[in-house]
Amino acid sequence: MTEALTLALVGLLMALAVWTLVARDTFAAVSGFVPYGLLLTLAWLQLRAVDVAMTEAAIGAGLTGVLLIAAAARLRPTEAPAWAERPGLPTRVLAAIVSAAVAAGIGACVLLLPDPAPTLAPAVAQNIASTGVGNPITAVLMSFRAMDTLLEAVVLLLGLIGVWSLAPDRAWGGRPGPAPTEDPNSILGYLARVLPPIGIVVGVYILWVGADLPGGKFQGATVLAAMWLLVMMAGISDAPAVDRTWVRLALAGGPAVFIAIGLLGAGVAGAFLGYPEGLAKPLIVVVEAALLPSLAVTLALLLTGPPRRKDGDT
Amino acid sequence: MNTPTLLGLCAAVLVGLGLYGLIVSPHPLRKIMAFNVMGNGIFLVCAVIARRGAGAGMGGDPVPQALLITALVVAFAASALAVALVLRLFEETGSTSLSAQAAGPQPAAAEGEV
Repeated sequence: MTEALTLALVGLLMALAVWTLVARDTFAAVSGFVPYGLLLTLAWLQLRAVDVAMTEAAIGAGLTGVLLIAAAARLRPTEAPAWAERPGLPTRVLAAIVSAAVAAGIGACVLLLPDPAPTLAPAVAQNIASTGVGNPITAVLMSFRAMDTLLEAVVLLLGLIGVWSLAPDRAWGGRPGPAPTEDPNSILGYLARVLPPIGIVVGVYILWVGADLPGGKFQGATVLAAMWLLVMMAGISDAPAVDRTWVRLALAGGPAVFIAIGLLGAGVAGAFLGYPEGLAKPLIVVVEAALLPSLAVTLALLLTGPPRRKDGDT
Repeated sequence: MNTPTLLGLCAAVLVGLGLYGLIVSPHPLRKIMAFNVMGNGIFLVCAVIARRGAGAGMGGDPVPQALLITALVVAFAASALAVALVLRLFEETGSTSLSAQAAGPQPAAAEGEV
């Protein structure tokens, strides 16, 4: 029974992947990409990676979907000229051969994986008590491999700096996106008033429960970012100007707290990002609580794009 | 064939499809989507490896699983930056062409002015 389901899932995934690649209309391709991302969450669930499934649903399908839909809508005029630039048959055949060879190589590796598989699960189980958290993924992210998580938060911030640096000079310090226009009777405006209170509770709950059950700051932050984006898209509030002090503080606050606690560990526990004995759980909670708003603001602003207009511009 | 192996082979096909789309699609936005499909395949292989490392009461090896969360978030940041680059290219030139011919005349004209 499970195998029939997996086979159906694999078939749908591949069909949607082919669709996103061959559909002539980019908008149609993106509408295949979003359900493809949601189906991938089922694949993660079948592989017992619940935390990854939540991240995929929130970021892989959700935020990436919004990003692609917005871009596809703006780039509509460029589609016909791009289609004319399609490479010739020899290039396509060569590309197909190379891609098939790479796929075959990876497939062979999957079939030849060592048995029994190497695993760090017992090591995590042995040491998880020292972190005070119950979710092994959170223990890895916040303690055993905290450096990766810190660098990831910094990468997000660098990504946003990269996006902002694409602003035209005259718009620097201004606001991203088009000026808000609110239609008071629209269903979007209604949802943007009703959903955020619920979404904020859900987002904070996902962060809190992540200590012991699947969940965590990335998934929670994505829900918060989605709520803010909804309010901005409905035109109820404007995107903030990128030179606002509170924006800068919100962006840098989480990583700064993370680095400060890491330095504290260097002094007290003998290693950068080491936690003093008995204080691991409270420090992890402090770092996660500090990262949540930073990640939410960073993710939302990555989607709204570089600043495009100053106050007073038309 | 068991579920992880089946999904592992699916992942291999996704990487192949993504790579093909990345090479062949002329539109940069389609290249970004193909790149994401390729990335999904790679992540899926990692998740299969994590699932095979199940033990100590856990459904999978939590270390690769945690790294996958990091990977998904970083992939989104990279996609957002790539999309922003394409949109800026479109605003500046009115086209998103990546071909050498389309970009060729502009630097030549700039040289002529100097």
